Amino acid sequence: MPRTLTINGQEISARNDQTILEAARDAHIHIPVLCHLDGLTDVGACRMCLVEVAGSNKLLPACTTRVQEGMEVRTDTQRLRAYRRQIIELLFAERNHVCAVCVANGHCELQNLGIEVGMDHVRYDYIFPKLGVDLSHERFGMDHNRCILCTRCVRACDQLEGAHTIDVMGRGAKSLIIRDMNVPWGESTTCTSCGKCVMACPTGALFKQGSTVAEMVHDAEKLAFLKAARERKVWNV
Amino acid sequence: MNLEELNATATSERLARTKKRHHLYVCVGTACQALNSEQIAKALQAELKQRGQAADAEVKCVGCPGLCSLGPLVEIESQVNGQAAAAEAKDDRRRSILYQFVKPEDAGEIVAHLDGEPVKRLETPLDQPFFTRQTKIVLEHCGKIDPERIEDYIAVGGYQALLKVLTEMTPQQVIDEITRSGLRGRGGAGFPTGLKWGTVAKSDPNAYPTHVPEGIQSRKFVICNGDEGDPGAFMDRSVMEGDPHRILEGMAIAAYAVGANQGFIYVRAEYPLAVKRLRTAIRQAQRAGLLGSGIGGTAFSFNVDIRLGAGAFVCGEETALIASIEGGRGVPRPRPPFPAESGLWGCPTLINNVETLANVPPIIMKGADWFAGIGTEKSKGTKVFALTGQVKNTGLIEVPMGISLREIVFDIGGGISGGRQFKAVQTGGPSGGCIPAQFLDMPVDYESLAKVGSIMGSGGMIVMDDSTDMVEVARFFMEFCMDESCGKCIPCRAGTVQMHRILTRIQEGRATRRDLHILEELCDMVKHTSLCGLGQSAPNPVISTLRYFREEYERKVNGEQKPEVRIQKPESRSQNPEARSQRPAISS
Repeated sequence: MPRTLTINGQEISARNDQTILEAARDAHIHIPVLCHLDGLTDVGACRMCLVEVAGSNKLLPACTTRVQEGMEVRTDTQRLRAYRRQIIELLFAERNHVCAVCVANGHCELQNLGIEVGMDHVRYDYIFPKLGVDLSHERFGMDHNRCILCTRCVRACDQLEGAHTIDVMGRGAKSLIIRDMNVPWGESTTCTSCGKCVMACPTGALFKQGSTVAEMVHDAEKLAFLKAARERKVWNV
Repeated sequence: MNLEELNATATSERLARTKKRHHLYVCVGTACQALNSEQIAKALQAELKQRGQAADAEVKCVGCPGLCSLGPLVEIESQVNGQAAAAEAKDDRRRSILYQFVKPEDAGEIVAHLDGEPVKRLETPLDQPFFTRQTKIVLEHCGKIDPERIEDYIAVGGYQALLKVLTEMTPQQVIDEITRSGLRGRGGAGFPTGLKWGTVAKSDPNAYPTHVPEGIQSRKFVICNGDEGDPGAFMDRSVMEGDPHRILEGMAIAAYAVGANQGFIYVRAEYPLAVKRLRTAIRQAQRAGLLGSGIGGTAFSFNVDIRLGAGAFVCGEETALIASIEGGRGVPRPRPPFPAESGLWGCPTLINNVETLANVPPIIMKGADWFAGIGTEKSKGTKVFALTGQVKNTGLIEVPMGISLREIVFDIGGGISGGRQFKAVQTGGPSGGCIPAQFLDMPVDYESLAKVGSIMGSGGMIVMDDSTDMVEVARFFMEFCMDESCGKCIPCRAGTVQMHRILTRIQEGRATRRDLHILEELCDMVKHTSLCGLGQSAPNPVISTLRYFREEYERKVNGEQKPEVRIQKPESRSQNPEARSQRPAISS
């Protein structure tokens, strides 16, 4: 049975099994998301999609809240905008997200959200713990410093690949994405090297090797060698 | 065991009791046990044997009688004129003496004075307000029965309520009775218990996809939440240690009411004594036919298993607790659906706190009206508090709802220790707030506590004197929440870290007014955007101390007060956060 509700004053109809997020997207109403990824189950963890619903004293995550008849939803109030900016600032302060030297620069969901919420500076202390980079896998790499713990890779590995190689270790700010029982990625016995986790990652935490900034070797000196070799007709220096 | 057998056991047990002229109750709760109280029990027993009084007197290891600060405690109940035959001995023919700070070497003196004058040097009066101002319902048997003997529990009327509901009442009548009693959840939020039971009873186990493991037949579950984690709180532990059968009985009644056949008690592994006594109790109840299949000769079956927490505070949150029982990572999930509709393995699940379930048997036996007659209009019955901090009598107390804070702190607690002045009382642990002196006469109930910015919580009550640094109190609780955040949602995971850093900076005298402003903004954001109760309530200690003790923050921020505490600097590179925050984070 269809449900009728209003989002930001606009009347829309939705199927009764739809979430607020799905209904809003069908009506071309934008709600920012970070831990949501089409194709994966929702966990309501990033809190970016929180919306105000009339009659509820709590903010509700649009990704896990089902539509109800007569619901009055607000997705873009001043209060929500302020909260979203704070959440993005907290992420930028939590771990090292220096876009200029990041492999995902220009196609990063965190960066896009930073621009969307108008984050021109960060008011909180940069914590920047020194976390490792796992390059033990032959094709992929993981930079924990860029990880925002959205668990999209965990869910992609479990729900789409069926391997459940990836999970979370520890708790709170010390949480860390691990493979198997915290082994280097290359030593994982369950990883199928399918690359779905890399596809799922919203930031530069998971990447294909050969695309990182440090690995982009220019070999500029080869040009001078070429010129000199051609001039002198000597190739075996 | 059916009702007749139960009554027969109770009668013979009571008769055996009256044959002994002296009953020596030795507290073997965790606090007294840590002070060697088991040795005291052994020494008393040996002394009785040596003096040939073993037939005349009996030593009983019991749960916590409450006054932990005077432990180890030994209570002696004697028949005054030596009339042993009377089956129903009246109270006025008994004499009770309480001995404090007992050591095993005092055993000889205590036994020698059994018939004569009490040992003055050890005696502490039983008519002091600490005892006389309490109303005991949940704790009525703690300190009176041996928690490791089911017969002791049966002798004081145990399992009567369970057999009553199984033979005389329909599940709906049980739910109606609990609803009428006005009982509310004792875990903190105060949700009406009857309403919760009714929802679980009505819920269709097939409404949501389920994944119950093989071998478990039940499609509804009852969970007893014993994952008590607030700093300074030990109410549930004392009940589990002192009267474990009471919890099993409450769970079985709840299971009958909602239609469940399997229950779980989730206890934190840091409570080994509680776990051991619950295990013993479950085994005894099964053997007596009061748990398992065909309870009391009826068709009703109910089993209870214990699940141990692995040291995460957040697992006290119901959805995280369920995830933990399922064998997953203990992280909460968004509600709805509530566990009452889709909980353990997707089935309708009733989760109640230890103290809530312990209230159930007396409500069934004495009636909803009796229970509703205690307390205030909206908060019925009693509440157990763990009274700790700068107060003379620390320990476990049970008071009627609506009692004033002043009565708790100054009458029952005996006032502030060390001759200092009262400053505040902290209730609700890391989710609660600090209540200043101006609210001392406020009644203690769910609504009043919420109005002044605190919560009832599970019952931790920390009294603070005028030497307490309120910013440090807030910092302590923030550190606790930061460490215990599960890390799933960003506001709680990252927000608590930032709030803790600002509070640390304030304490070190390095904070600016801007920091205070950012702190308040963060409090508001974390409170309103976090996924579960842990994050939503984590800012409460800061918010309430800012509300009532703002000048303490201001003095430190303005540099008027030199930092008193030296705090070890957190390992980080942000020595000069002001300069660092100028750096652009996004490149275009």
